[in-house]
Amino acid sequence: MTFYSPVLTNAKEIAGHDKLHLFEFVEDEKQYQLKRYLKHGGYAAWKTVLGKMKPEEVIEEVKKSGLRGRGGAGFPTGMKWSFVPKDSPKERYLCCNADESEPGTCKDRVLMERDPHVVIEGMAIGAYAIGCHLMFCYIRGEFHHCIERIEKATEEAYSKGHLGKNIYGSGYDLEMIIHTGAGAYMCGEETGLLNSIEGEKGMARIRPPFPAIEGLWECPTIVNNVESLAAVPHIINRGADWYRSMGTEKSAGTKLFSLSGHINRPGNYEVELGFSLQKLIYDSNYGNGISDGKKLKAVIPGGVSTPFLTPDKVDVPLDYESLTEAGSMLGSGGVIVLHEDTCIVWTILKLIKFFRHESCGKCTPCREGTGWLEQIIQKIEDGRGGPDDLEKLDSICGNILGRTICPLGDAAVMPIQSTLKDWRDEWLYHIEHKKCLVKQDFGF
Amino acid sequence: MILSEKTVKKIREKASKYPKRKGAILPSLTLAYKQLGYVDNEIYIEISEVINVPQLEIAEAASFYTMFPKKPRGKYLLQVCNNISCALLGADAMVDRLEEKLAIKRGETTDDGLFTLISVECLGSCCTAPMIQINDDFHENLTREKLDKLLESLKNGK
Repeated sequence: MTFYSPVLTNAKEIAGHDKLHLFEFVEDEKQYQLKRYLKHGGYAAWKTVLGKMKPEEVIEEVKKSGLRGRGGAGFPTGMKWSFVPKDSPKERYLCCNADESEPGTCKDRVLMERDPHVVIEGMAIGAYAIGCHLMFCYIRGEFHHCIERIEKATEEAYSKGHLGKNIYGSGYDLEMIIHTGAGAYMCGEETGLLNSIEGEKGMARIRPPFPAIEGLWECPTIVNNVESLAAVPHIINRGADWYRSMGTEKSAGTKLFSLSGHINRPGNYEVELGFSLQKLIYDSNYGNGISDGKKLKAVIPGGVSTPFLTPDKVDVPLDYESLTEAGSMLGSGGVIVLHEDTCIVWTILKLIKFFRHESCGKCTPCREGTGWLEQIIQKIEDGRGGPDDLEKLDSICGNILGRTICPLGDAAVMPIQSTLKDWRDEWLYHIEHKKCLVKQDFGF
Repeated sequence: MILSEKTVKKIREKASKYPKRKGAILPSLTLAYKQLGYVDNEIYIEISEVINVPQLEIAEAASFYTMFPKKPRGKYLLQVCNNISCALLGADAMVDRLEEKLAIKRGETTDDGLFTLISVECLGSCCTAPMIQINDDFHENLTREKLDKLLESLKNGK
């Protein structure tokens, strides 16, 4: 095994490409070492920033680039940074959200394992932009190899003066702490993450105040996803206009998509935003079609928190606006493909069990609601469903949506609602006939 | 002390970096778990003395996270991802096979103390499904043959 994770990427196609950049070096076995990273232009952006740019200029450049948060929400990164109050006498903190745990998503892991310095460099630039001198990398605890790689890279960065005191003689000090999670999906939600760093249960916080005003220890704090931060050094090196030249007008740049499920070539692919989902699934350079020659049944386009797409909606550009228009979301870029022999009730049961397990329990609609949903869906799956169960599901979903402290409640119900709408016949069949409509057999 | 000198030293080092003492709770629990394979009240008391945070606050945090089990588990912790991408590729059947081969149910430990089997939520290995995490290591793109071989090698002490 050349790499720790044998996951497929499209790095080879990207080599020498003037636009795609995040995955350019992820098939280089030594890219994780500082020496190789420097050879490939590493830390040049960090030097430029510290030597020639004011924090406001960095924020302005990232704003101009159109970069939006790649963790799922798609909020403009530069604008988020600009929310940190300039005159606050408090410390400021930057947290890299490396708690990758949205089912269907495994892209940040590749960056951390294979190109850890670009994550650190992106964090450093973000930290400087908001006036932060202590930054955190919050990595999920199960990712032992990522933790090792980021730890080693951090040590190297300190030893060669890319982090620490008076970096490059600029007078700027920057320290970094790697904080590891311990098995809680909730800590990928930004306020859960902050609580977890503070040594609390990873429960959501009520906003406002937003973290940019009051985050870690009541100080202004910015939380950015790994992939968003990894794009920042490239934006500084090649300019906002270059970044803007990729993707669509409102969804600029490139995005990493994790393609999984019933697909011939599962893998992580970097493409420009606006790339066709149809092409990602069927083109031989990407997914190469549905496995076992089966027909497509559904696609979950952005991780399990996003509504399912029916096959007729798959011809859609992968950008924030187009997916919203199609009734779903770009989310984290975790594209999960389901073939015709997949039972919708079984699939939804998997998802609701997950959300019920991961609900932090702080607010009632999510804590109680996800449990009720699981009970009813389990009953239907077991062939004990009743005639009014679907109305009950509709009602509970409606009472969770938009009524929770954090997005986990919405995430739990939106996929259910989409299948209750688009596959209602299949739900009804399951209740009436006490079995699946399809013949499902996922052997091993 | 149940915590070793080495662990205590590592906890102190890590704790010194945090602006507030409570920040050291999760790293301390993680280091304690690494040494012992579990954490419990006695450990909370010891950590409490090292980082100077009330024991109750440590216990409270520990109760929330699945990676801080209260009892020791088998020498090999087999964690099968059971979320959707792995399930679409046979993760349920994989757990069944493990249950059969090890003659235990999920959540249980074999009599010889060698294996504990649990099914867990997504481990971020969706494009290389199905997968299993054994202690710190991910084993991805699993097939029946690969899994059987893996199990044999663990039984034979690698």
